[in-house]
Amino acid sequence: MTAGLHNTNRSGEPGEVLIRVEHLKKHFGSLEVLRDVSQEIRRGQKVVLLGPSGSGKTTFLRCLNLLEEPTGGKIYFEGQDITAPHVNIDALRSKMCMVFQQFNLFPHLTIRKNITLAPVKLKLQSREEAEANCEKLLKRVGLYDKIDAYPRQLSGGQQQRIAIVRAMAMNPDVMLFDEPTSALDPEMVGEVLSVMEQLALDGMTMVVVTHEIGFAREVADHVVFMDGGVIVEQGTAAEVLDRPQMQRTQDFLRKVLK
Amino acid sequence: MASWLNDLSAQFKLNFIDKDRWRLLLNGLGNTLLISLFAVLIGILIAVVVALVRTTWSNNASRMRPGFRKGLLHFFDRLCGLYITVIRGTPTVIQLMIMYYIVFASSSDGVMIAIVAFGINSGAYVAEIIRGGILSIEKGQMEAGRSLGLNYAQTMLYIIAPQVLKNVLPALANEFIVLIKETSIAGYVAVPDLTYAGNRIRGITYSAFMPLIAVALIYLVIVLVLTRLVGILERRLRQSDGRTS
Ligand SMILES: Nc1ncnc2c1ncn2[C@@H]1O[C@H](COP(=O)(O)OP(=O)(O)OP(=O)(O)O)[C@@H](O)[C@H]1O
Ligand SMILES: [Mg+2]
Repeated sequence: MTAGLHNTNRSGEPGEVLIRVEHLKKHFGSLEVLRDVSQEIRRGQKVVLLGPSGSGKTTFLRCLNLLEEPTGGKIYFEGQDITAPHVNIDALRSKMCMVFQQFNLFPHLTIRKNITLAPVKLKLQSREEAEANCEKLLKRVGLYDKIDAYPRQLSGGQQQRIAIVRAMAMNPDVMLFDEPTSALDPEMVGEVLSVMEQLALDGMTMVVVTHEIGFAREVADHVVFMDGGVIVEQGTAAEVLDRPQMQRTQDFLRKVLK
Repeated sequence: MASWLNDLSAQFKLNFIDKDRWRLLLNGLGNTLLISLFAVLIGILIAVVVALVRTTWSNNASRMRPGFRKGLLHFFDRLCGLYITVIRGTPTVIQLMIMYYIVFASSSDGVMIAIVAFGINSGAYVAEIIRGGILSIEKGQMEAGRSLGLNYAQTMLYIIAPQVLKNVLPALANEFIVLIKETSIAGYVAVPDLTYAGNRIRGITYSAFMPLIAVALIYLVIVLVLTRLVGILERRLRQSDGRTS
C-alpha cells in the first residue's frame, strides 16, 4: 500500500472533460507543425503521446499551456476558452504544470526553494504550508535528505524527480510531461518512471510524451499516435500498441520496440 | 651611486614633501575613486534598464499583439539601441567635453559632471554585459518559471536576475577597475583627479619622472589589488550554488 503522492481533494468530478482541443493548428513561418488536431482529455485520464521525431508532440504539449501560441483552433481548459484574448495565462499555467526533458531546475536555489518559490510567490500557499508540503513530497520520493542541496549536486534522475515534485507542489489539475526520461542515463529512467506511476495511481491527470512503451502499456488509459502534425491513430494502450491499424503506427512501433 | 641616491631623495622631497604636495595626489586619488565608483553605479542603473528593455523586446516582440504597448516598447528599444551606438561610436573625452561645455555649461561642479559623463558612458558598455548575461541564461529557465504560473516580471526577478547577477558581478567589478583608468582623462575638463594632480606637480617642479611614475604606480597598485579581490569574489560566487571548483 503506497501512501498517496498527491492530495486528491481537488474540485471536479473524475471523468468530466478537463481539456478540449478543437482543430488546433500551429505553424512556425511556413512550417506547418500541427494541422487540425482535436482531442479531449478527461479528469484523471492518463494520455500518452507517441510519434516520431518532429511529429509535433512537444509543440502540442506546449500549446496546451500556451508556451506556444496556437495559430488556429481552440483550446478549452475547465470550460474556459484559453485561446481567447485577455485570458490570464499565468493563473491557468499554475493549474497545468509542466515537466521538461531537461529538468530546468533553478540552479541558484536550493531544492526547498525550487519547490516552494512559485506557490509562495503566487500566494497559493503560506510559507509554512508550502514548506510542510515540500517536505512531505520529498519524503515520498525519497529525496528528503537533499532538501538543502543545490540542483547541481544531484544526479539527473534525482533532478527530474525534484522537477516532478516542483510541479506537484502547485497542486495542479493536470501535469504535462515532455519526454521526462529522454535526457537520463538508462539506469536512472526507472526511478523517474516509478514516481510517475505513483502519481498516476493517485489519480493525477497526466499528458505524457514518451518513447517508453512499457510505461505507456502500464499506465496509459489512452494512447495517441501522432505523425506529421496530425493524430494518425488513438485508442486504449492495447488497441494502439498491440493491434495498430495504420501502417505508419506499425512502422513506428517496429522501430521503437526493436 | 651615492650621489644618484641623493638625487633621488632630493627629487622625492621636492615633488611630494615640499609644500605638502602629496596632498595633491591624495586628493586626486580621492576624486578618481569617487568618480569611478559613482559612475559605475550610475552606469549599472542605466544598463539594467537598457538591457531589460532590449531583452524584453527581443523576447516578446513576436508574440505581442500590435497596439500601444508594443509600439511604446519598440520605441524604447530603438532609443536604447541609439544610445549604445552613439556612446560606443564616439570618444569618451568628447562625451566628457560635451557634458562640461554644453550640457552642464552653467555648472562648475567638475566632479559631478565627470560622474554623470562617465556614468552615461559606462552604462552603454555595462548594458551589453548585462544583456549578454540575460541571453546566456538557458531559455528553459524562463519557460520553467512561466510554466509554474509566474508572470514575466516575476520570473525575471526571482529566476533570471539572480543568476544574471551572479554571472556578471565579476564583469561589473572589472568595469569599475577599467573606469579607474579611463577617468584619467577627467583633467581635460579641469577635474583634479589623480592624473591631473601628477601633471600639476610636474608643472610646478619641472620634473616629470617622479610625479608621473608615482601616479602610474598608484594606478597599478589599485588595479592589482582590485583584480585580486575580483578573483576572490568569483571563487566565492562559484561555491555559493554547489559548484566546487
Ligand atoms: N520554435 C520553433 N521554431 C521553428 N520551428 C520549430 C519550433 N519548435 C519546433 N519547430 C519545428 O516543429 C517541428 C515539430 O517539432 P516538435 O518539437 O513539436 O516535435 P516532436 O514531436 O516533439 O519531436 P521530438 O521527438 O524530436 O521531440 C519540427 O520540425 C521542429 O523543427
Ligand atoms: Mg519533443
